[in-house]
Amino acid sequence: MPELIVYGLVLGSIIALGTIGFTLSTKIADFCNYSHGDLMTVGAYIALLVSGTLLSGSGFLQGRIGPFSFGWGLLLSFLPAILVTAGLAILIDRLVYRPLRRLGAPSIHFDMVSLGIAFALRGVIYVIWGADYHFYFSGVRPMIYLPWGIKLRTDEIFIMAVAWALVALTYVFLGRTKVGKALRATADNPDLARVAGISTERMLTWCWGIVGALCAVSGILYGIETQLRPEMGWIFLLPLFAALVLGSIGSITGALVGGLVLGIAQQVSTAWMKPTYKPAVAFLVMILTLIFRPEGIFGRRR
Amino acid sequence: MEIEGILSFLASFAVMASIYAIFSLGLNVHWGYTGLLNYGIAGFFAIGAYTSALITTPKPTGVLADYVDQAIGLNQPFLVGVLGAAIASGLLAIPIGLLTLRLRESYLAICTVGLAECIRLFFQNEVWLANGPEGLVGLPQPLHELVPPKYYHYLYLGIVLVFLALIYFALERGIRSPWGRVLRAIREDEVMASADGKDVFLFKLQSLVLGAVIMGIGGALYAHYSAAIQPGIFTGLFGTFIIWAMLTLGGTGNNKGAILGAFLVWALWSWSTYIVGKVVPAGFETRAPFVRFILIGLVLVIVLLRRPRGIIGEEKYVSKF
Repeated sequence: MPELIVYGLVLGSIIALGTIGFTLSTKIADFCNYSHGDLMTVGAYIALLVSGTLLSGSGFLQGRIGPFSFGWGLLLSFLPAILVTAGLAILIDRLVYRPLRRLGAPSIHFDMVSLGIAFALRGVIYVIWGADYHFYFSGVRPMIYLPWGIKLRTDEIFIMAVAWALVALTYVFLGRTKVGKALRATADNPDLARVAGISTERMLTWCWGIVGALCAVSGILYGIETQLRPEMGWIFLLPLFAALVLGSIGSITGALVGGLVLGIAQQVSTAWMKPTYKPAVAFLVMILTLIFRPEGIFGRRR
Repeated sequence: MEIEGILSFLASFAVMASIYAIFSLGLNVHWGYTGLLNYGIAGFFAIGAYTSALITTPKPTGVLADYVDQAIGLNQPFLVGVLGAAIASGLLAIPIGLLTLRLRESYLAICTVGLAECIRLFFQNEVWLANGPEGLVGLPQPLHELVPPKYYHYLYLGIVLVFLALIYFALERGIRSPWGRVLRAIREDEVMASADGKDVFLFKLQSLVLGAVIMGIGGALYAHYSAAIQPGIFTGLFGTFIIWAMLTLGGTGNNKGAILGAFLVWALWSWSTYIVGKVVPAGFETRAPFVRFILIGLVLVIVLLRRPRGIIGEEKYVSKF
């Protein structure tokens, strides 16, 4: 059991990272972005492309770093993956969401359009990489042994470190920097933000850039933890939604707590249930939240 | 011979398009009339298909029982299967409605996505129930003894069209009734509708159940046409998203539009694979079908950007009075 909880924390860190991006776009762009998961998939596959194909020539990039099962090739590919995914998210905003805003379309239309984009992105991934599973690296994955008989892959320590560093960075960015404050102001009340001289269009560009970057990193981390497949991000939406609802929509702390709870719930459930039921566990958590506390842990009761 | 081939192709095309038209009409009740976001049509699709399959097939016996696990097998006629599918799908909608219809509209969407995914996982993993990932085969085809198998799809087209027509006329009556006008009022302004003394929640629940019943019927019709179902069919793309594209393209809130959209998008879907398969370089043929993901996604985006009301669009006045 302690082992499953630790694994849950690893998965939970990735879910938390994804949920923070998701909550940002939900609050600032004011719709539920169904393409969030597929942006994660895009980030993961860009890293696969860069680390696998472009860097394959050089031996130094191929080897492993210290105790980890990946090398500099993968580490270096974080940057292009982040840039491409963030750029893609901004591009989608310009080409699709901005014209919709100009039309004054209802928020539900944004939901539907994002669903369309989700399928289009996944289609591109299927066409380029096919339906097979992919891995960033082959061979054994080194382990370390912790007390209580917990076996942890060294990669999982890396995953947690990166996820938490990025969560902290996002937190500081939103709390301390000028852009971060303007973003929060836009999220709270776009009209008031415009009156205060904030360009909400520029804030949306920032928002999608950050969301894209967070998607890329959480996608790669999820790819390191499991494997890459075109449906990875779409399936990941369920724990994301559940974490979002559990932690109250719009709350960063809530996203963190919700993500961790979901990760632990999903992993601990494997003690009794088939691992394939993990998405169903996320659904169950969401249903229970909606029954007992629909406003989430950190929400105010209306 | 040539003409016969074309006719046969068109008939089987029309069968699938008509089945999808039924789903599209069901979604029109949810989204077009009432503004309910159902992103989990695949779940109702699957429940309808599996319920009818379990009702109409006999429980496997003898050698077959070693290969096929099936918890229930009632061996009842086709119409009983369709009725069972409609009831099961409608019943499924009730708890979901009770949970989410009082909350913000996105909650229903999120819950239906989860529900559809869980139903698929359930049928995939619980092998004892309906043979797991391999699914059920040899579903009975109604009236198949009347015509040679080669011409069966013409007959089935007739059966599907009867169902489509019945559902269409029932819905047209429904939307033009006071009940239908309340649904549209709720979609436009919930507060206003409840200020007029309408129980918004109850009307939404009725709409959710009615749409689900129609989707259940669609699922049953699909199951008996393909005669084989497995959980892999009921995915987000094939089971849900394509139907959203159909309704949006044809005309949200218009039953004729829902049917038109179903035929257009199904044409795009079934013919694009063929065309793309011809032009792609060798070695990529297996990936050609995935181009449909992109195409259908673009249809939805472009329609919502360029013509959100769809091709036909909603009639402004539905009542003759």
